Amino acid sequence: MNKEKSMFSPIKAWKYLVRRPVTVLMKDIFDNPREASDRYRGFHQNDWEKCLGCGTCSRICPTNAIEMLPVEGLEKKEGYKSERPAFDYGRCSFCAICVDICPSDSLNMSKEYLHLSKDADTFYFMPDSTGIHKDSRAHGYLRDGDSELLDLERYAMELEPVDRKKSFMEIVKGYSMEKALAESARCVECGICTETCPAHMNIPEYIRSVWKGDMKEAMSWLYKTNPLANVCGRICTHKCEGVCALGHRGEAIAIRWLKRFIVDNTSEDLYDEAALEFVIEPVNGKVAVVGSGPSGLSCAYYLRTLGYEVDVYEEKALPGGVIRYGGPEYRLPEESVLKDIGIIEKAGVKFIVNTKVGRDVSLDKLRDEYDAVFLGTGFSLSRELKIPGYEHEDVAYAIPFLGQTRDYLRNLAKMPEVHEKTVVIGGGNVAFDVGRTLIRLQQTKYNKDFVSMAALEHRGILPCDIEELEEGEEEGIKGHFGYGPAEIVIKDGKIQGLKVQKVISIFDEEGRFNPSYDPTDSFVIEATQVFIATGQRPEYAYLDEEMLSKITMERGQLKTGAHGQLENYPWLFAGGDIVQGPDIITGVANGHSSAEGIDAYLRSIKK
Amino acid sequence: MKEVKLFLGPQHPGMHGNYSVHMYVDGDIINKSRPTPGFLHRGFEKLMERRHWMGNLALIPRICVPEPDINEMVYAMGVEALAGIEVPEKAHWIRMLVLEMARIAVHVMGLGFIGGPTGMYTATYWAIAQRDLILDLFEELTGARIYHMYIVPGGVRKDIPEGFLQRVIDVIDELETKIPEYEELILKHPVIHARIKDNIMLPAEVVWELGVTGIGMRSSTGKANDLRKVKPYARYDQVEFEVPTADYSDALTRMNVKVRELYQSIGIVRQVIAKMPVEGAVNVPVAAGNALRWTVPAGMVYSAIESSRGEYGYLIVSDGREMPYRIAVRGASYPQGLLGIEKYLKGYRIDDASLWMDTMGVCSPEIDR
Ligand code: SF4
Ligand code: SF4
Ligand code: SF4
Repeated sequence: MNKEKSMFSPIKAWKYLVRRPVTVLMKDIFDNPREASDRYRGFHQNDWEKCLGCGTCSRICPTNAIEMLPVEGLEKKEGYKSERPAFDYGRCSFCAICVDICPSDSLNMSKEYLHLSKDADTFYFMPDSTGIHKDSRAHGYLRDGDSELLDLERYAMELEPVDRKKSFMEIVKGYSMEKALAESARCVECGICTETCPAHMNIPEYIRSVWKGDMKEAMSWLYKTNPLANVCGRICTHKCEGVCALGHRGEAIAIRWLKRFIVDNTSEDLYDEAALEFVIEPVNGKVAVVGSGPSGLSCAYYLRTLGYEVDVYEEKALPGGVIRYGGPEYRLPEESVLKDIGIIEKAGVKFIVNTKVGRDVSLDKLRDEYDAVFLGTGFSLSRELKIPGYEHEDVAYAIPFLGQTRDYLRNLAKMPEVHEKTVVIGGGNVAFDVGRTLIRLQQTKYNKDFVSMAALEHRGILPCDIEELEEGEEEGIKGHFGYGPAEIVIKDGKIQGLKVQKVISIFDEEGRFNPSYDPTDSFVIEATQVFIATGQRPEYAYLDEEMLSKITMERGQLKTGAHGQLENYPWLFAGGDIVQGPDIITGVANGHSSAEGIDAYLRSIKK
Repeated sequence: MKEVKLFLGPQHPGMHGNYSVHMYVDGDIINKSRPTPGFLHRGFEKLMERRHWMGNLALIPRICVPEPDINEMVYAMGVEALAGIEVPEKAHWIRMLVLEMARIAVHVMGLGFIGGPTGMYTATYWAIAQRDLILDLFEELTGARIYHMYIVPGGVRKDIPEGFLQRVIDVIDELETKIPEYEELILKHPVIHARIKDNIMLPAEVVWELGVTGIGMRSSTGKANDLRKVKPYARYDQVEFEVPTADYSDALTRMNVKVRELYQSIGIVRQVIAKMPVEGAVNVPVAAGNALRWTVPAGMVYSAIESSRGEYGYLIVSDGREMPYRIAVRGASYPQGLLGIEKYLKGYRIDDASLWMDTMGVCSPEIDR
């Protein structure tokens, strides 16, 4: 280097005197703290209103920095757990992966990057939306569409094309293996669904088994809490999906379809092996089950796993109750029903059909012959609708109509009487079952269909599942929702139609069912046949006067103690629609619980 | 005279990170030297076998503190190769922007840090201040200054914020005007110049013997071996740049090459900003499902890129599960930072040991990982 040049170098330094120094005073840092960028990944904030307590954040955290802790006094809401995440900043790497995966979007990071304390415990805390210093600083890092770590869209199940209404073929095609794996990979294993499922099925566990491709393990999980996996995999009301964590920002996991995938894709050997694994010799006693619907079947199956001999009494010619005579074939094919009932038979349960308890055999007799009795007789009668004209011979009820249709499809009965133009009263799932069954029968008979429907509830609050409404309308049901039935118009002995009028309100001021109408908004729906699907009710012919007086009833349902045990009659248990519900999965849950209750009771009296 | 054992580091201003060299000296001449790594060994390669494919993002940047993004990039490239996914066009350009900004930041820092062992702390402060301007940009883009966790398998985590590219241009424009000043202050400073010229030599034979890559290799052998050129990744084949070389590698030459690379990176950043698509997705999912259940098809892949210190690569093995089966890191510092110190530091003076660390391209956390 040029020596002379370098001799003058120090002089150059002078010019830096007037430049802004590159260093900053410590005092400045504290007096005017710099605000972090909008995406800054500072300490966490968590909106407790939105947080589900699902623990997904804690499961993904690569540093195990998050612990889910119970919070006392947190209001218990369906679909939410009473836990909230606590963060250990001795571990956290500030990666924000927890934020990107949070299914409720409650979690984010703040712009706060400064926390000084001699107390190490302050670095472990449970943030709410006010963050670490409780003064609600601005948001930093938030999840956006680009940083999403959930798979929000459900892998669709294909429906048969629209000409599906020409037959009773099952309309929903099952998942392919590829789609089932993809769908199961969406689950975050939070178990929120399990809490809500009436049977508390091990949902995340069996979804994980599907994801691993282990069908036998998946089957075992199903049979731990539900022996009607085929039926429930198809027509369960799937309350679980209503609360699924994924549903908050996207589409709930197709829990029901995954269950169906398991039963449809497990080989017979593995199926039987898993389903019958815990069935043991009947050495503990003998129990009678009255009614072979979901609760009776469930109770019978679990009693077999507890070592009891079980006889199931059924009024009809075939066991199954609502699953045999209720749900329509296009949603619940006969094979599925046979598969579930077949396993229960293989488990050693005996079915005594064409035998109505209270008519062919008395409850007293059962009491003498068995150690305990379970009642699961369901809502077997249609609720009448006494509007003018209701006694006309062309007025039919849902329950017998659906039952006869299923028998017709089994070649055990003739086709039910179906006119060219029909109207269905009701807006629940059963009403749609009737309507859509009618369409298929009309197509078979007349090659065309004409089904109208009238329901008190307007479209937004119809009690049916949304798919029923969508698929029903797609198939051609003409709905008049928010219109209540006033009169069946009859002329010359023939039905001309159903007169309906606009509903103003369904419940009165005290909240009782008491619809009021606007008579000026009224018209006649054209039809020559009317179907009533406005609900079912129970029949208690097997209970004598004395029992009826000693058993408490509430709105037609029996009041029971724990496990369905009846007060004053410790040997008698009840479950299903006559206790709770009505719906299938609640019946399954009741049956299971009663089996355990019966076992406990019989053990207690043996001692 | 009696031989004395001296420790350089793990706590020493001339040392990079918690690394240590045991020197056996006679007077001020090193007779024997033993690199002592391990202070920063966190077992990342092993830990990665127990983390989800996404979760590893939190670990990998920590393998090399000054230039974390290279880890994210090689990891992402490897996973993408195994998963057979195509990264969206825009993501390629954003990745290049990040990688070049990181290279600029680490080169500027390398330039300034030579002030430490030579007693010119002004250089260090300037470099840190200059680098901070780039860290500000990183903070805005990624949400963090050092550990960006931004390049992810499938693309990048978030799109570019409004007005960001203009701010990048402002910073690099300003930097470009400052480089001559830095050269003057640092490299041409008589004291520093005297210390680094014809000192800390890296002859070509040693390059071949130890497997040195990066600036070390290019400055010593004249070979323009830069993975961005010879095996382009992202969209390096669509930008123009030169690979500076030399055929005499003393510490000064390596510093000069570094400065020339700085200009090249500035040029690349400008081209990236000009050519980057405005619209388009910035990532695609690695697999179906949520990040807890991303699986990567079974297989083995080696992915490598050009880091500021040379070839940097990951060997990734997947057995098809939601976590890697094995990941091995090929750090660029190993040959010169470990083997070189052991074998070739002897004969230099005590106070030159730090210069070795500074000018050979050594990142001790990356050696330890
Ligand atoms: S992932 Fe979100 S919703 Fe779930 S517990 Fe964590 S913060 Fe709450
Ligand atoms: S930011 Fe990352 S390391 Fe910290 S708690 Fe969230 S997931 Fe865990
Ligand atoms: S199915 Fe939904 S609610 Fe149930 S564990 Fe999976 S993500 Fe959670």
